Amino acid sequence: MEDAFLMIVTMASATLRVATPLVLAALAGLFAERSGIVDIGLEGKMLGAAFAAAATAAVTGSAWLGLLAAIAASTVLSMIHGFASITHNGNQVVSGMALNIMVAGLCPVLAQAWFRQSGQTPMLGQQARFGPIELPFAAAVAKVPVIGPLYAQVISGHNILVYIAAIAVPLVGFIVYRTSFGLRLRAVGENPEAVDTAGVSVSRLRYQALILAGILCGVAGAYLSTAHNAGFIRDMTAGKGYLALAALIFGKWKPVPTLLACLLFAFADAVQIRLQGVPVPGIGVIPVQLIQALPYILTVFLLAGFVGKSIAPRASGIPYLKER
Amino acid sequence: MTATLALDSAIAPPNGGRWAIEAIGIDKWFGSVHANRDVTLRVAKGSIHGIVGENGAGKSTLMNILYGYHRADRGEIRIDGKTADIGRPADAIALGVGMVHQHFMLVENFTVLENVLLGAEGGALLADGRAKAHAELERLGRDYGLEVDPDSVIEDLPVGIQQRVEILKALYRGAETLILDEPTGVLTPQEADKLFHFLRVLRDQGKTVILITHKLREIMDVTDRVTVMRRGAVVADLATRNTSKEDLAEQMVGRKVKLGGDKAPANPGAAVLEVQDLHVADDHGKPRVRGVSFNVRAGEIVGIAGVSGNGQTELLEALGGIRPAASGHIRLKGREVETRRPGLTARVLRRMGLGHVPEDRHRMGLVHGFAAYENAVLGHQDAKRYRKGWLLDRARMVNYCGDWMKGYDVRPDNPLLEAFSFSGGNQQKLVVAREMEHTPDVLLVGQPTRGVDIGAIEFIHKRLVAMRDAGKAVLVVSVELDEIMALSDRILVMFDGRIVGEVSPETATERQLGLMMAGIAEAT
Repeated sequence: MEDAFLMIVTMASATLRVATPLVLAALAGLFAERSGIVDIGLEGKMLGAAFAAAATAAVTGSAWLGLLAAIAASTVLSMIHGFASITHNGNQVVSGMALNIMVAGLCPVLAQAWFRQSGQTPMLGQQARFGPIELPFAAAVAKVPVIGPLYAQVISGHNILVYIAAIAVPLVGFIVYRTSFGLRLRAVGENPEAVDTAGVSVSRLRYQALILAGILCGVAGAYLSTAHNAGFIRDMTAGKGYLALAALIFGKWKPVPTLLACLLFAFADAVQIRLQGVPVPGIGVIPVQLIQALPYILTVFLLAGFVGKSIAPRASGIPYLKER
Repeated sequence: MTATLALDSAIAPPNGGRWAIEAIGIDKWFGSVHANRDVTLRVAKGSIHGIVGENGAGKSTLMNILYGYHRADRGEIRIDGKTADIGRPADAIALGVGMVHQHFMLVENFTVLENVLLGAEGGALLADGRAKAHAELERLGRDYGLEVDPDSVIEDLPVGIQQRVEILKALYRGAETLILDEPTGVLTPQEADKLFHFLRVLRDQGKTVILITHKLREIMDVTDRVTVMRRGAVVADLATRNTSKEDLAEQMVGRKVKLGGDKAPANPGAAVLEVQDLHVADDHGKPRVRGVSFNVRAGEIVGIAGVSGNGQTELLEALGGIRPAASGHIRLKGREVETRRPGLTARVLRRMGLGHVPEDRHRMGLVHGFAAYENAVLGHQDAKRYRKGWLLDRARMVNYCGDWMKGYDVRPDNPLLEAFSFSGGNQQKLVVAREMEHTPDVLLVGQPTRGVDIGAIEFIHKRLVAMRDAGKAVLVVSVELDEIMALSDRILVMFDGRIVGEVSPETATERQLGLMMAGIAEAT
């Protein structure tokens, strides 16, 4: 009993750690897609941000400067995507994909040129990373049964970026549903002509959405290389951008359901790590590769079968061209 | 030039009033198309000013320039006598110009209130403007008789109410001048009358209304003054009481036109298209056609009238074999048609002698990137006469197409041009030519003259009547009542997926049809 509870606590904590970049990236995607831009470039922006964060932190020794660099890099990449797909009406998926490919190649090359450690950044010391934060009273309540360990080990003890991701969910919800900007954002992804004729610039709104997406992806990338890990390694996003996109679809482009979808994917990942090498009663040890594929298999099943009708913002993916 | 003469009389506003809007010497090019040529328009404050012209005459372009949606290449706009620089819709809105577009500019999954607020939120947080907008909507509703539930979602509202929301949007932004682009296309005659009544109320309160339409009856009914445009230029500007429908039609087309062709009484034979208790659902599984039965006999034209969206589209698609029916029977020349399996059916039906001019020629009638000759044989490309062994015989197809283009007055008559380079009317004539020249016994025609100019309407109507006189069965679906009345030998009225009555065009009145189309009256 004690063991089972401990396992739940460990897995819940791991789920939150894995979910953080997914949540941030999915919220980034939410801004972009609600504005009518399909953001398949989440992956590339996150990877670019991870590299910028690790490289900056390695040179300056400051995780915070790394975070700023990550946000800057990711926003620049977002603007490139915007320039191609908003200003020049390019295909959003193609230009986003181009971004991913470019970043995947560029980061290891730069890392090699600057640090000469086979395409990685140097291992970061504790000071150059975001360390765990102990929330108030964590030590005091740790002894209280059930609630104590949950607070002390699941809620408390994460790095600041995890809490930022947690705050980002209600914040994004507030922006999207309670502000004038949010109303325009939702409108421009549904019917950009309505926004244009209401006297609001479609391009400007879409650029603003992409800036917000860039900032959030920047935080997600910094989390990967300066909080969750201790440095940049090649392809370290490992499809998380696409997974975030899937969570966004699964969450029907709404903040809270998207958070839940991210948690589900992250939980599958935590289970996956837990199951590696552990014999399952009646089956025996499951091959590692199969277990590692679990979150992705789950994604396919969920998206194919259980989402029900997930209606995308109507104008999503379509460049806005004025009719004659 | 009659144009300049007609304009001269209007330089000073009538009764010592003021001009609400003046557009002076406007030129606008789209690529190589000269959409507005030195257009001058003056609209008196507190009047209803009509603008008529065929499709492509430049009416909408001019209005989009006034509204800041497009920028003129040359010319000046004055509002309330002051030169205005309108580069974006926001500028026009700030100057008190509001526009109701032909295709509504509404966010369909937003509420009425959210649509009204969009772009005029009055603060960073929605809560700030929400209460004010609520109160203001109530006031406007009371003052103008434009009541709408602010919390209902647009896509659940009928089109008439959606249009009301568009008008409210403009008034909420403080519009002094309201531009309406083809506002009655989606309305029943009764709804249109209601709209016109409302426009008069607006005028009487000192607002200015610009009404763009191609329906001359509306111009005569409601406007004080009318400007006629042809091929991008203003050709006349007249007081409505000094003109007539016939006069305006002639000005629009540039020659005399016969409105409503004469035709001999029909001489119907046996039923060749029989429909029995047909049920059809739309793409979302919603039942759209709900138990429809009727016959079309050889040698008659049957017209189906109805406000768009009452199941006509799905009915036509099911008859054409491109949408499976949920249940019911269709018999073509006495043979049962397999209705539940889509795909092969359209081709089988064509071979059985069915022609189909689809409602939406852009989506279904033509392949825009294909040349005219390719479009002209599409659907019949397997026929022996277009083939050389197992290859297509391009020269033969071009030849056939060239002949038809001459016969159907498609201009320019070059079979090698891509479909998109023709005007709407000529595209439609090409589709009509294809369907008629493959000698069908039954011809389905959806919106035969949608987006087609008067000259082409005249022509297409004549060909349809000629088909009928040759002993073919013709089924016409149209939302234009005038067209249904002019063409049909029998009129069926569709409402909410059912045929609510059959009337004869000799005895039917527009009022009676309108009530039936609104689901209010049964056939007498």
